[in-house]
Amino acid sequence: MNAQALFTAYSTIVLREIRRFTRIWPQTLLPPAVTMTLYFIIFGNLIGSRIGDMGGFDYMSFIVPGLIMMAVITSSYANVVSSFFSMKFQRSVEELLVSPVPNWIILAGYVTGGMARGLGIGFIVTLLSLAFTRLEIHNLPMVVITVFLTSALFAVGGFINALLATKFDDVSIVPTFILTPLTYLGGVFYSIDMLPDFWQSVSMVNPILYMVNGFRFGILGVSDVNPFVSLGMIVIFITVLSFVALKLLERGKGIRH
Amino acid sequence: MTHALEIEGLTKTYGSGFEALKGIDLRVAQGDFFALLGPNGAGKSTTLGIVCSLVTKSAGNVKVFGYDIDTHLSDAKLHLGVVPQEFNFNQFEKVFDIVTIQAGYYGIPLKKAAVSAEKYLKKLGLWDKRNTPARMLSGGMKRRLMIARALVHEPRLLILDEPTAGVDIELRRSMWAFLEEMNRQGTTIILTTHYLEEAEALCRNIAIIDHGRIIRNTSKRELLQQLSLETFLLDAETALDNVPELEGFSCRLDDEGVLEVDVHKGQALNDVFLQLGQQGIKVVSMRTKANRLEELFIRMVEHNAPTAEETTEGRA
Repeated sequence: MNAQALFTAYSTIVLREIRRFTRIWPQTLLPPAVTMTLYFIIFGNLIGSRIGDMGGFDYMSFIVPGLIMMAVITSSYANVVSSFFSMKFQRSVEELLVSPVPNWIILAGYVTGGMARGLGIGFIVTLLSLAFTRLEIHNLPMVVITVFLTSALFAVGGFINALLATKFDDVSIVPTFILTPLTYLGGVFYSIDMLPDFWQSVSMVNPILYMVNGFRFGILGVSDVNPFVSLGMIVIFITVLSFVALKLLERGKGIRH
Repeated sequence: MTHALEIEGLTKTYGSGFEALKGIDLRVAQGDFFALLGPNGAGKSTTLGIVCSLVTKSAGNVKVFGYDIDTHLSDAKLHLGVVPQEFNFNQFEKVFDIVTIQAGYYGIPLKKAAVSAEKYLKKLGLWDKRNTPARMLSGGMKRRLMIARALVHEPRLLILDEPTAGVDIELRRSMWAFLEEMNRQGTTIILTTHYLEEAEALCRNIAIIDHGRIIRNTSKRELLQQLSLETFLLDAETALDNVPELEGFSCRLDDEGVLEVDVHKGQALNDVFLQLGQQGIKVVSMRTKANRLEELFIRMVEHNAPTAEETTEGRA
């Protein structure tokens, strides 16, 4: 396939993915908007007003970057894992397997689709947050780069999960038992400065901490970790997971007999 | 001339240890209409699955129009169109989208894909349903949708795995006519089917696979010539009470008074009619008792049946 044909195949996958999650918007776009609005109201307004400052900012301002990032992470992951697994389940993945689309285009297409949903949700949640607080962006390039890379990373993660999953339970295990706890413990609602030394050290091995703090640095200018270390970590994770995903695709793991 | 499909020494052992293919050699000429027949579990779908990249092979070589799937997989796939046995499209997508998305996977831009999709959806009687989600289609329509999807990139080799399973007779006949037209226009077609009349009506060459091995690979004509005995059913104008005497032929009456006559290779049917005419019996219609290919197929597969030891070994 020449470059133009490859681009056509790539854009076909991306548009198909976008069409899928917009077609079922009550399942894909509405729930995170509702959930995050509740977080803003309950944690930001009602409870946050009694907490006082966190990291030099009022609590609402402190949690907004973390909540945006949480929505981006969850949606990017969920889009790819549910879409690709349902293709496996319905066997429509065979449409791709019999075609000459190279594996890296399949991965790139699905990751872009996941990013489209993750970033779309991020945008919606950001708009909603403006109803509760003023967002003054400290470093726009940092915000954009961090959110793009994080979205890409979790879309790749969702893809690997979909390849390895053999039943619907497997699709929900990682988001429920790994992703959600890591996100909640990744400094979305608190600064790790508040934790005892031991738990601060434990928190440092949580990859989501780096993403939340990188994004928070971009918006507020404060971070528990060096923001450039955050970016470096995300890039390393993306590289490793993409390599794993391509190897699994090459071996036909979960998709070829 | 390069073959449309060339398979050499193909083996497949699944993770469970089951040896589905035990060294398949097969060649399909360009422009052929080829049938791959065999009982359930013989290895038909595994063979075609490997050709289409849905199944990974254990050993052997596969070439599609000279392109080796190990070294030129993308080129090989460009020439292939696949109609699988089971429905494998997104049930929630619309008919037109399913076909144009498939074209997109082959790198065909949407404008061009739309033209091709319209052509095949019209030919297969699905144009009126183009905006209908696939799940709303009848079984026959879903089968035709898979054919349209497989053809949208104009492949030179079309592989159909039991394309008319569960389809009514009228629709089956119209699908046969469509496939014959595609073949006349130069598309090489390989099909597997359980309807042996389908293979007899459509195909020029036939391979029979059983227990992971090709047990016969020849032209349909040659295969049918092997048939040494055929049984014909003759309906007389008036029901027969007694079995007529037919010199040189063995015959009997069935429960409904229809005359069954065994005709060996080399015997002439004219003799049967002549003798019946001399006895004042007027024949108004005639048909074969069983599909000729079916008779041969059953004999070959029965002859190739595994011994008790092999069966036990297979289960162990």
